[in-house]
Amino acid sequence: MVHYLTARLDASFAALSDSTRRGVLEQLGREEASITDLADRFHMTLTGMRKHVGVLEQAGLVVTEKVGRVRTCRIGPRRLEEVSAWIERYHELWDTRFGELDHVIDELKRKETTDGSKPPR
Amino acid sequence: MEASRRGELEPTKHLTKVERRSDREVVVTRRFEAPAQLVFEAWSKPELFERWWAPRSMGMTLRSCEMDVRTGGTYRLGFGDGMDFFGRYLEVTPPSRIVWTNEEGGENGSVTTVTLSETDGTTMVVVSELFASKGALDADGGGAADALNETFEQLDELLDALTSYSG
Repeated sequence: MVHYLTARLDASFAALSDSTRRGVLEQLGREEASITDLADRFHMTLTGMRKHVGVLEQAGLVVTEKVGRVRTCRIGPRRLEEVSAWIERYHELWDTRFGELDHVIDELKRKETTDGSKPPR
Repeated sequence: MEASRRGELEPTKHLTKVERRSDREVVVTRRFEAPAQLVFEAWSKPELFERWWAPRSMGMTLRSCEMDVRTGGTYRLGFGDGMDFFGRYLEVTPPSRIVWTNEEGGENGSVTTVTLSETDGTTMVVVSELFASKGALDADGGGAADALNETFEQLDELLDALTSYSG
């Protein structure tokens, strides 16, 4: 879980380390925009803007949706308090726990086979 | 870990399912390849429980583990730095049910119910955690992310500042 959180933080801070991307976030905070709009506004090529948006998207700061030929960008879900993030963290904790529990149970099963057929008390 | 080093088979890994049943209840479901009796043992014997409850790969270290697993008994798990998790067993019915309170959060406490049901030698484990309120559930965050919460809050503030700019 900690690993997952750290990775997400790294991605977020890396995404924010660039002034164009911070500008794009500010812009999207006001209203959603297409990649073309953003490229125009920041005087960039479409390819360049696509890359920036891709980095923001990877960090979960922006979500994009393609309708027809236009890809629309808006601010992504990112709040720690959000249900999805909460569930993800909860899931990671329990999944890791249960992975360890598998090992403990496996060992008990082997011990049982060695000690005879009676379950341990 | 040891098992794979000895060249033995890794245990079958089943999927862990997490579901919000309501504003204040979350339920975890997972199947294990063993009879309920064995699974119950791993939940109720401190020397076994402490080996999996606080996975080291998640940066957790259990310093002490006292468990009196019977109805009315108490437990206390120490994570060092005065961070203790403690409560009482409301019900212990081998090998199918353990219910305990989580009292470290005071009024924001929760009740954990573990149900084991065996079919054809495998056991379905259902863990329900019922919080006092929605706020208590939100604040819990799975119980192990506290160290990073502050950093996330700072990030949230930074993002708020960026995106709510209206000049």
